[in-house]
Amino acid sequence: MYPEDYYYTKNHEWLKIEGNKAIVGITDFAQKQMGDVVYVELPEIGAKLKFHKSFGVIESVKAVSDIYSPVSGEVTEVNEDLNDAPEILNEDPHKKGWVIKLTIEDKSELEKLMSLSDYEKFLEGLED
Amino acid sequence: MKKTRLNSNHKKLNGKMVEFFGWELPLEYSGIVNEHLAVRKKAGLFDVSHMGEIQITGSQALDYIQYLTPNNAAHVNAERAQYSALTTPEGTFIDDLLIYLLEENKYLLVVNAANVEKDFKWVSSHTKGFDVDVKNLSDKYSQIAIQGPKALEILKPLTDVGLEEMKAFRVDFGTVAGIEAMVSRTGYTGEDGFEVYTKSNNPGKIWDALLEQGKNAGIQPVGLGARDTLRLEACLMLYGNDIDNTTTVLEAGLRWLVKFKKGEFLGREALLTQKKEGLKRRLIGFELQGRGIARSHYPVYIKGEKVAEVTSGTFSPYLKKSIGLAYLPIEYTEKGTEFEIGIRDRRVKTRVVPIPFYKRNY
Repeated sequence: MYPEDYYYTKNHEWLKIEGNKAIVGITDFAQKQMGDVVYVELPEIGAKLKFHKSFGVIESVKAVSDIYSPVSGEVTEVNEDLNDAPEILNEDPHKKGWVIKLTIEDKSELEKLMSLSDYEKFLEGLED
Repeated sequence: MKKTRLNSNHKKLNGKMVEFFGWELPLEYSGIVNEHLAVRKKAGLFDVSHMGEIQITGSQALDYIQYLTPNNAAHVNAERAQYSALTTPEGTFIDDLLIYLLEENKYLLVVNAANVEKDFKWVSSHTKGFDVDVKNLSDKYSQIAIQGPKALEILKPLTDVGLEEMKAFRVDFGTVAGIEAMVSRTGYTGEDGFEVYTKSNNPGKIWDALLEQGKNAGIQPVGLGARDTLRLEACLMLYGNDIDNTTTVLEAGLRWLVKFKKGEFLGREALLTQKKEGLKRRLIGFELQGRGIARSHYPVYIKGEKVAEVTSGTFSPYLKKSIGLAYLPIEYTEKGTEFEIGIRDRRVKTRVVPIPFYKRNY
C-alpha cells in the first residue's frame, strides 16, 4: 500500500526523491480522512516553500486541509491534472495524485522525515 | 457520550463515529458523496434517534401549541403532521420542529438534538394559564429515516401501514418489521421517504430489516455528512446555521408557515410589524462562480464591504457546484445579483440563484 522508498510526515504527506528533486503528495491515510476531494489549491511555479509550512489547500466535501511542505525548496512543477480531476487524490494518492515537485534546498531536512516503517508505527498509534 | 440504540449497528457497518451535540453518531460509512448519491438515485437509511421528542398533553394542548408556534396547529390531526417553529416574542427561532398528534389532546414535538434541553425549558416555562403537561421523551424514542426514490418499495413489504395512499406530511401508526411504530412521509433530504418513530428497545430490528429488504434496490446507510449536503441542496433549514434566535421566520423565507389569521402566538406582533415595514434582509441561495467551497461563517462582501457571513455552504455532490446560503441586504437578493465570498486570501465571485438548489422530479 505505502511505497517503501518514500519519506513520510506526521501530517500525512509523502516525499519521493527523483534525481535532485522531490515529488510531494498526500498519503492514503490522509485521503481517507478527508474523504471526497473536490478542489485543490496549488502553489505558483517558482514559489519558495519552507520546511513544515503550508503551501496549498485541499478541499473535500467534509473539510479544508492544509498541505505542508516536507522540506524547504522551490516549486518546479504542479500537478495540473488535480484542477480538472481532483478525485485522483482519492483514487491514486501515491502516484497519479502527486501534488508538486520541488528542489531540495537542504538535504539534512530529509533526516527529520519518517521512513515507511516509522510511518506505519505512527499510524498504528493513531488508529484506536 | 450518549449512544443511540443503533450504536452497535453503525459500528458493525464500519461507520466513522464522531461526536454530534453529545451523541456518538456516524459521520459517514462509505463516503459522503457515495451516500448522498444513493439517496438521490436509490435509497438511504439514517439513524436520527438523536432528535428530541417533547410531549404535550392536556385539555388545552392544542391551544398551547397554537400559542408557541406560528403555523396553524389546528390542521394537525391523527393523519397529518406539520412543520413549524418555536418562536420568540421577536419572531426569531427557538427551534424548528415537526408536530404530531399521538392521540386526543396528546401531541409530540420533534425537535433538534442540539436544542432538546433549551426547547424543553422553553415549552415548560410558558404553560401559565394553560391546562397542559410537558414531558421530555427524547430518551424513549428511536427514529429511523428511509429516504430516496426507492424508499416506498423497500419499506412497503415490512409494514402494515398503508404507505401508497399516504401523502407527504401524512402519518399513520402500525408495525414495521413487527415492531410498533409511527410512520410519517417526511424527511430532511428533498427526496420522497419516511420517518419511523418507535419506543421499542429494539429498533435495530427495523434497521436490519430495511437494510436487508433494500439490498437489491441499492440501499446505503447514510451518516451525518451526507444528511447535511442533502438537506442543503433541498434548502431545508439547519438550526444554528441558517436559522437561530437572531433570524426571524420571515427573513428565513418561511413566510408560508406563519398564519397571522389563526390568532395570537409568540412573535405574532413582531412578525406582523416586520411584514408591514418590509424585510431589510433575506436568506438567499448562492452559487460560486470561481473555485472553492464557501463554508459556514466565511465572509460575504458587497462592493468590498463585509455585509454578512455564509450560514451554510458545501460542494453539492449532485449538482457538482459550490452552493450555500446567506442573509443579504434586501436590495441584493434578486436572482443573478453578483457578490463576493472570502475564501482564505481570495475573493470569489458568487451569484444569487433560485432555491431550492435541488427539487425532485417525481
